[in-house]
Amino acid sequence: MRGTPIFFYIFVMWLLIIAGGALIVPIIAHISIQGFGKLDTLIDSLVKAAIALVLVIIWILIMSKIKNWIFHKQISH
Amino acid sequence: MLDRTIIGILISAVAFVTVYAITPSLIKALAKRKMVVKDYNKEVATMVTRPGGPSILAGILASELILYVFFPSTEILAIMITTSLAFLVGFADDRKVLGGWFKPLALAASALPIILLGAYNPHLAFPLFGSVKIPELYLGLIVFIIPVMGNTINSIDVLNGVASGFMTIASFALTVCLVIVHHYDIALASLPLGFVSLAFYKYHKVPSKIFPGDSGALTLGAMYGTLSIVGHVEIIAAIALLPAVINSFLFLSSVKRIIEHRQIKANPVVHTEDFKLMASTDKSAPVTLVRLILANGPLTEKQVGFVIFRLALFSAALAIITSFMMEIRI
Repeated sequence: MRGTPIFFYIFVMWLLIIAGGALIVPIIAHISIQGFGKLDTLIDSLVKAAIALVLVIIWILIMSKIKNWIFHKQISH
Repeated sequence: MLDRTIIGILISAVAFVTVYAITPSLIKALAKRKMVVKDYNKEVATMVTRPGGPSILAGILASELILYVFFPSTEILAIMITTSLAFLVGFADDRKVLGGWFKPLALAASALPIILLGAYNPHLAFPLFGSVKIPELYLGLIVFIIPVMGNTINSIDVLNGVASGFMTIASFALTVCLVIVHHYDIALASLPLGFVSLAFYKYHKVPSKIFPGDSGALTLGAMYGTLSIVGHVEIIAAIALLPAVINSFLFLSSVKRIIEHRQIKANPVVHTEDFKLMASTDKSAPVTLVRLILANGPLTEKQVGFVIFRLALFSAALAIITSFMMEIRI
């Protein structure tokens, strides 16, 4: 069927989104930074934002690698 | 529940009939003012009217206003204001070509009513694992979602009927997902988006009589984004939109910067002698969803559209499965 690799790519993207939840909710969300007084909440948010950003970058890199792997034939054509 | 069902039918009918009835007059008015663009995928030189955004917005506002009369809420207000602001951004771009960065920034500003009205819940819900409370980060996410959704829909508006047909599938999937996660009021508010897209598809499908333009595509995308925020279904909404996300991702990862489609020097798609679409062999042309679909050989514009619709249906199914997974906890 036309576009089969794209269906597969969408499925992999979906699995990666689910896997992202497995990292974010049980692990990153439970990180608690204290000892900075009134700045606790801000620093806590900044650290979580930085981790989330790193995760997004890793996600993009993985998707890019998978894209090259799945669509190698098409792209090289 | 019966009240909701009756209102649901009423606003769906208003959304559909408004766009269905207004669009022919809009086409005539645009043609009279020579607001037309060339349809490059037709063998015979064809000019198509643009933009269809005004009729799309009229359908959305008419139906959402009726819903607001019966069920007043800040969420519906946020939907109407953000969608209208996104329309204005798109309409400005339709009238005068604006810079590549203007649209994302202006669309980010369009998201501010959601924050000012407090029409959000700063929890990001994930399937299987629950939700995370991110009060400060969520504000950034709101400002991020609207431009991304708007531009994602805009970027898939490349062939006759694709943007409206794709939005019809994604919107109805979103409505089903909202019902599954028990957000009935927002499910009701999401109905007009699907019916407006469906009515517009009638005039947008091959051969197009009207193009949505930036005003139409950004209106649809911004409303979809707002629904995902006020309905707390951000992840589910993104999953239903995956084919369009892939298109943007492929495009950005090949051009490596934010540019408008009109700035592309090498076209990703060319034509065969019988005017079918064919993937370009130019290595400098960006990789797009349509180019990948055409990698195995030429297809007609209509056939490519149907492949994209099949991808949209697949993503819609994944979004619905994800909604059920929201109810499960590991």
